[in-house]
Amino acid sequence: MLRIKRVPTIVSNFQKEEVDEGGARHGGGCGRNCLNTCCIHGAKLPLYAFEKVNKLACKKGHDHENTDPPVPFLDSLLLGEWEDRMQRGLFRYDVTACETKVIPGDYGFIAQLNEGRHLKKRPTEFRVDKVLQPFDTAKFNFTKVGQEELLFQFEASEDNEVQFFPDAPIDVENSPSVVAINVSPIEYGHVLLIPWVLDCLPQRIDSESFLLALHMAAEAGNPYFRLGYNSLGAFATINHLHFQAYYLAVPFPIEKADTKKIAKLCGEVTVSELLNYPVRGLVFEGGNTVRELSNAVSDACICLQENNIPYNVLIADSGKRIFLLPQCYAEKQALGEVSSELLDTQVNPAVWEISGHMVLKRKKDYEEASEENAWRLLAEVSLSEERFEEVKALIFEALENGLIAQNSIKESSSSQSLEKATDSTKKRTRPSLMCGKQECLVLQ
Amino acid sequence: MDSKRSLIEQSFNVQYSNWVREALDELPDSFTITDPSIHGHPIVFASRGFLKMSGYSKDEVIGKNGRVFQGPATNRRSVMEIREAIREERTIEINLLNYRKDGTPFWMLFHMSPIFSKESGKVIHFVAVQVPIRQKVRRFKSNVVDLCEDGPRLREIVFGSCRREFCSDSVRELGCVSALDSVLDPDDRGLEAGESCEASDAERRKAATAIANILSVLTHHSELTGNLVCRKRCYSSEMGLLGSSLMISLGRIKQSFVLIDPHLPDIPIVYASDAFLKLTGYARHEVLGQSSRFLSGLDTDSSTLFTVTESIRTEKACTVRILNYRKDKTSFWNFLYISPVRNASGKIAYYVEVQMEEGCEYQDAQGFSPEMRQLSTVGAVKVAVRSSSMGGGPSR
Repeated sequence: MLRIKRVPTIVSNFQKEEVDEGGARHGGGCGRNCLNTCCIHGAKLPLYAFEKVNKLACKKGHDHENTDPPVPFLDSLLLGEWEDRMQRGLFRYDVTACETKVIPGDYGFIAQLNEGRHLKKRPTEFRVDKVLQPFDTAKFNFTKVGQEELLFQFEASEDNEVQFFPDAPIDVENSPSVVAINVSPIEYGHVLLIPWVLDCLPQRIDSESFLLALHMAAEAGNPYFRLGYNSLGAFATINHLHFQAYYLAVPFPIEKADTKKIAKLCGEVTVSELLNYPVRGLVFEGGNTVRELSNAVSDACICLQENNIPYNVLIADSGKRIFLLPQCYAEKQALGEVSSELLDTQVNPAVWEISGHMVLKRKKDYEEASEENAWRLLAEVSLSEERFEEVKALIFEALENGLIAQNSIKESSSSQSLEKATDSTKKRTRPSLMCGKQECLVLQ
Repeated sequence: MDSKRSLIEQSFNVQYSNWVREALDELPDSFTITDPSIHGHPIVFASRGFLKMSGYSKDEVIGKNGRVFQGPATNRRSVMEIREAIREERTIEINLLNYRKDGTPFWMLFHMSPIFSKESGKVIHFVAVQVPIRQKVRRFKSNVVDLCEDGPRLREIVFGSCRREFCSDSVRELGCVSALDSVLDPDDRGLEAGESCEASDAERRKAATAIANILSVLTHHSELTGNLVCRKRCYSSEMGLLGSSLMISLGRIKQSFVLIDPHLPDIPIVYASDAFLKLTGYARHEVLGQSSRFLSGLDTDSSTLFTVTESIRTEKACTVRILNYRKDKTSFWNFLYISPVRNASGKIAYYVEVQMEEGCEYQDAQGFSPEMRQLSTVGAVKVAVRSSSMGGGPSR
């Protein structure tokens, strides 16, 4: 069993250290206005219903300048609600008061000096050699957040057009997906997308949750609003299914990296490999529909999960470019293979760091931040060339053969939530990606 | 939409003399000219060559953003490079796949350059030339050709033609037009989508020549209006200059707001949105440089004004209800929301003032409340200012 110690990031004001949770009141502790059965009934939260796009992904004509959806999504709803929570003092610090800069160099790594993000508390142990772990109700999860930390519900519209309901009830039966604030933001607008929050799904991607995330990216329609995902073992803090997102109006270094096309899948999805970037990874683009692109990526993610390979995902370019990055830093750390110099920076390379946005705790690191330093850190995160080739082969095999239909979990665990999670996942599996022809997968 | 149309007309009329369109129409090349200060960064001029190549009519193109010519096989990274070049106000030359009106894709060498106001250093227009790519060349490396690296040689040529009036002599003098490629063949369908390719040297030279000629025309015609333009930014001492990227970001925000600069004497307005101008009835040049107090009048409560000043002094956000006056002297009650806005250094760079006219019908459907709309404006401004000041800044 491999473990590392680190101080978990606080993303909710109701998140406590796991040690304190021992014997925590399961009934919730009310008066906290959380999402558990104690508080949820009668609760209301604005609901944004997005249009399920079936048309050509790129030709969506998502042109906010010419068409005016009822609520211009990102510009108004998310930023307005976020600013409102800022005025109400719900964040642990003002992220706009954190100095930030683009490091001179070819790639433009972004460095931020953020001393307030990380607590000077005792580090907690995290198990890093298991990407799939069962949901644990005793630990912090997003049903425990206060309702004031939620911004709105995010669902597919019944009518196939965008709708906004400012005062919608939270329909417990229907298990809504919600967007919550991250109280330790990396940038302005830092939020968490929590698919089907009341279902208490563990941190693992499946086809429907990934599709939801892609829809959010497309709905925002802004290339500077990106979503990210960290698997367990790749610096996810909380084992409750969630994506992160925030708004940064400069390009990420990873977006600038060269790529080499290596495969073309069914439905015009292309897969490329990153070149000249410290972390090895794949880039998914194209697709006749959002769903086809989404399924290609989620299939690859599921393959990695099944094979216990930690990974991160960056959804960029309004959902049109998706980066899949397997990593092994935590494993190295657990085995004592990371230099103390790098460990001292206390940078946990999750999706944002790998994409090139480095949040630094120490002034010294910020002042000395350079492209070489960033590169050196990220190179430690990457799989080796040989290992990456193996992983690539695994992924392509999975894509080619269609997926293991039942998403079987190799653990035998008898916790109820696990079974419930399995059932929910089963509900959401769908037939394999491949259209049945062997020739579909074109490797170049 | 009408006001946008007139802005597009004005984009040229203010800047260049009346015959500029004719002069541009004499050039055979395919090119478009866009105005980043207009919301949506629209095309304000499209050459005959462009319309011929793309199959669109003038009316279908003017007012649109360049992304309408992109499609499913357009390389996303290339799109990002262009976006960043605009944001950083610099030249870019890149191989790009575009789509004609009939849906057929074609490869072209896309070469875009900003032109600056000589006086203020602001970007007035972006000029983009499109040269169709003929030869079939397979490449797997980066498609981007960074023009800046070719700097010295190209800059000489450009300077040369900027100083001279446009005439065929200058073209020959440059000595770089290959006789073979001088005719634009509309029937040439170029390459298929799905292959990456690179422009040949001849095509690159053609783009450089075209840009030079266009700039020459524009420069000449700007001399006649007195609003000189030039290829390189001449830094001016004008205060409160907001770069293109910030302008473009702020231009997307549709609500009424102004940015004021607390570091300058009298805390002047350095940016005003179109909606603000509409609300107050003033023109932009009447507003920039004024203190925002200029909206106050006879019956404006001085203690309210004091609250605003105090808020700025203590670096806090606040909301006040204040009586303001339009240009036509009519008054209105303004729910004013003021908030400090920090830039990437973490320090306060501006204050944003968001106006909301009392009783005004912000009945945008589905009841998005006016208060929320104000907050969202503040958020959008905060993101724009922070991001645009992170560095990797304006033209090299």
